[in-house]
Amino acid sequence: MLRYILKRLLIMIVTIWIIVTLTFVLMISIPGSPFNSERGTNENVQANLEAHYNLDKPYHIQYLLYLKSIATFDFGPSIKQPGQTVNDLLGRGFPVSLELGLVTIIVAVISGIILGILAALKHNGILDYAAMSFAVLGISIPNFVLATLLIQELAVNWQIFPPATWSSPAHMVLPVIALATGPMAIIARLTRSTMLEVLTQDYIKMARAKGLSPWKIVVKHALRNALMPVITIMGTLLASILTGTFVIEKIFAIPGMGKYFVESINQRDYPVIMGTTVFYSTFLIFMLFLVDIAYGILDPRIKINKKGGE
Amino acid sequence: MEKILEVKDLHVTFSTYGGTVKAVRGVNFHLNKGETLAIVGESGCGKSVTSNAIMRLIPDPPGKISKGEIIFRGKDLTKLSEKKMRGLRGVDISMIFQDPMTALNPTLTIGTQLKEGLQQHRKISSDAAEVKAIEMMDLVGIPSPKERLKQYPHQFSGGMRQRIVIAMALICEPELLIADEPTTALDVTIQAQILELFEKIQEVTGVSIILITHDLGVVAKIADRIVVMYAGKIIEVGTKREVFYQPEHPYTKGLLNSVPRLDLQGEKLTPIDGTPPDLFSPPAGCPFTARCPFAMEVCDKVYPTGTTLSETHQVDCWLQDDRAKRLLATTAATTAEK
Amino acid sequence: MKIRIGTEASQSTDQVPDDWFNWKKKDKEEAESVARPSMSYWQDAWKRLIKNKLAMLGLIFLILLGFMAIFGPILSPYSVKIQDLPNQYQPPSSDHWFGTDSHGRDVFTRTWYGARISLFVGLMAALIDFTIGIVYGGISGYKGGRTDSILMRIIEILYGLPYLLVVILLLVVMGPSLTTIIVALTVTGWVGMARIVRGQVLQIKNYEFVLASKSFGTKTPRIIRKNLLPNTMGPIIVQLTLTVPSAIFAEAFLSFLGLGIQAPHASWGVMANDSLGAILSGNWWTLFFPAFFISFTMFAFNVLGDGLQDALDPKLRK
Repeated sequence: MLRYILKRLLIMIVTIWIIVTLTFVLMISIPGSPFNSERGTNENVQANLEAHYNLDKPYHIQYLLYLKSIATFDFGPSIKQPGQTVNDLLGRGFPVSLELGLVTIIVAVISGIILGILAALKHNGILDYAAMSFAVLGISIPNFVLATLLIQELAVNWQIFPPATWSSPAHMVLPVIALATGPMAIIARLTRSTMLEVLTQDYIKMARAKGLSPWKIVVKHALRNALMPVITIMGTLLASILTGTFVIEKIFAIPGMGKYFVESINQRDYPVIMGTTVFYSTFLIFMLFLVDIAYGILDPRIKINKKGGE
Repeated sequence: MEKILEVKDLHVTFSTYGGTVKAVRGVNFHLNKGETLAIVGESGCGKSVTSNAIMRLIPDPPGKISKGEIIFRGKDLTKLSEKKMRGLRGVDISMIFQDPMTALNPTLTIGTQLKEGLQQHRKISSDAAEVKAIEMMDLVGIPSPKERLKQYPHQFSGGMRQRIVIAMALICEPELLIADEPTTALDVTIQAQILELFEKIQEVTGVSIILITHDLGVVAKIADRIVVMYAGKIIEVGTKREVFYQPEHPYTKGLLNSVPRLDLQGEKLTPIDGTPPDLFSPPAGCPFTARCPFAMEVCDKVYPTGTTLSETHQVDCWLQDDRAKRLLATTAATTAEK
Repeated sequence: MKIRIGTEASQSTDQVPDDWFNWKKKDKEEAESVARPSMSYWQDAWKRLIKNKLAMLGLIFLILLGFMAIFGPILSPYSVKIQDLPNQYQPPSSDHWFGTDSHGRDVFTRTWYGARISLFVGLMAALIDFTIGIVYGGISGYKGGRTDSILMRIIEILYGLPYLLVVILLLVVMGPSLTTIIVALTVTGWVGMARIVRGQVLQIKNYEFVLASKSFGTKTPRIIRKNLLPNTMGPIIVQLTLTVPSAIFAEAFLSFLGLGIQAPHASWGVMANDSLGAILSGNWWTLFFPAFFISFTMFAFNVLGDGLQDALDPKLRK
């Protein structure tokens, strides 16, 4: 197990290093200086930036100093928001995005799993078809389309929920639905298909032959095995929810990191683009690491395999 | 002898998108207390479906027991509620499956899996269940059972796992054990050990066994009586001696000729040509007609009624009819003339 | 001629006429006809796919869409690019079937033009993923040993990279255009395909029939072509059908960030993004048509992928 964790840890560090290096290559490969005054940067800010990125020094020194600043969690100043550092923006925006993301993932996982299990247990029944039609629609409709539809219908036409901003639980409803539907659909489909596969396994037949009740068979024997694949895709889902927040925050005018990030792309505010990318990537890669560890703990077969060095 | 189980005119059908499969078509047999009955046949002949029907484990839909009775200790199992049936499964009737690699849940310790049947049916403390589990592990020959209860299935070899599955099936001391191809997935040497284990547990517990197999070697070793199934029908029944030494149905003969035997060295093995009929639309007559070397016109048209050869030996074949015997005799005479 | 008499087994033996007791004429054809007609893997899969109504709906939609993407812009009298500001926001009518947008351009024409771009992005991304994935995964799985473990380490690391963030980063540097979008989408996109190919190859390479061809001295490329490929295609085809919609979605997402195809060209993503505000002012058609076609195309690829998965995996047969 320890070996397994160490190996994952090493992979995590290498991946983060690649992202950091990529952002550095991005900076130096932009024609001209990314921070020059043509882009409307005032001189004061420009001086700050050049100092932060050590632009007067040769590339390899710049690179090492850049690595050092990332390691100390210092992403430098913003170009377009004078007097603000990327850290300031992250400090303000990330908690909001995290809240949106967390609520979304909880909603998506719980409803997706319930939907998937119901569909599998009523295989080929009306409930199965209904749940799966819903899931296919959920996968097919892009979140920005769904978000617009929700605003149009539930906020503007029916005025049930507020259309924008982020100040009360009622404000959360529409953005969370828009963001959670896709991942929920994916989880529901995956849960259903693995559940169906697990239910045909001999150990389920064996459990039935022992006279266990259907409820006990589902909870004790099927569910745990059926949820394993769901855990493996959690990393990917987190990534898609996180990138989804960019779109959703912009549409619903939620003051999260995603909104700042989209603005920074439109304005070519490179330090914010780089800082956010590094920060979010690190966050995601760390989550992926946690998912791998969780999987190792939940599946007893992995411990042995990894101890023997695969 | 006391009959513990009697199956009468059992029909099982499966509805699929291509039509209805008549998997079992009017099967009659019984099981005496304490004996081992083997059900033999090719894959798809309905032997596993029959055993699942006894356990009422046919997935419904698409499967269905469309007709017939399964009498176990005076009660018709086909009429029991699912809840009552659940009280019977694992307690009075147990089942073992083909592949021990998949019959155990990989994410639960074998201790948990052994004990859960007991805890489901008997009001028993976890400690008492553990004592019983250890006792069963000991019975099926697993060394240091106390420690091994905490282990997971992947930490056991195939043979060991099948022993655990057997222990699991026997933990509530059932009267009837159905073993569906219990040795097929195992190495030959392990197979022999598992068969010996079956003999031992029958001696110790007196359990009656229905053994589903296509392996005549297994049958020869432990069966008392044999049921031969073909295309959803029982075509011949007899004691082991009768079926092995006086087979009457051409299919049974073919089956025996297609297996290598140590006592008949130098004889040529003859496979049975062709494949079993499609059970979407089974033939009106004998289903073996298309592959039978002695096929007559009547075989296609009418299914033969059973002929009783001895108290224990029955066969469904038109060759038992006097007119067929005359035909055989004339044919033999004409070939001799030539 | 077959005579069915009563129900089976209910017949008394005496009622059976004597002249039926004659040897049946050995009819070879009949013995063979008993067996079900044998079909090749692909024929069988195709038959199962046709039975899946939803998948066929998806397939037909995609064929029609492909046709309209090619001929739609030609058939229409309007141009994709030329603006006609006096005619902005015309609702759907006999002149403009899908209405006009904020610049007075015909939405019908732009929708098919957008289909061209979106499908091109999706198909190119799938094709490039497929090529790299097959080569990489094939080598990794087939060679095994050291090569495999090195190649797999690389994949594990790439797999950890957040796909869309990397794409965004690349497009910020390279500047958005059709080519750079496709390049950015495939830089890490092939990893999934390579994993699947490797898995399939590993599973199959130890099958007896491969060992058999090996022992006959067949050369490696021939083994790959004749034995491995046909047997690994199922999951790969499924992955392909799922790559296309995810690339189309990614392109729409990038348009939303201002990193998509640039005006005056139009992809569905660009059209939808341009119209997000328009819907609130009641000009629903400008958003509806591109959004509908993105959604329905994703839907079509998804149900087709599902259908193929069921059709190509005999284990899933019911």
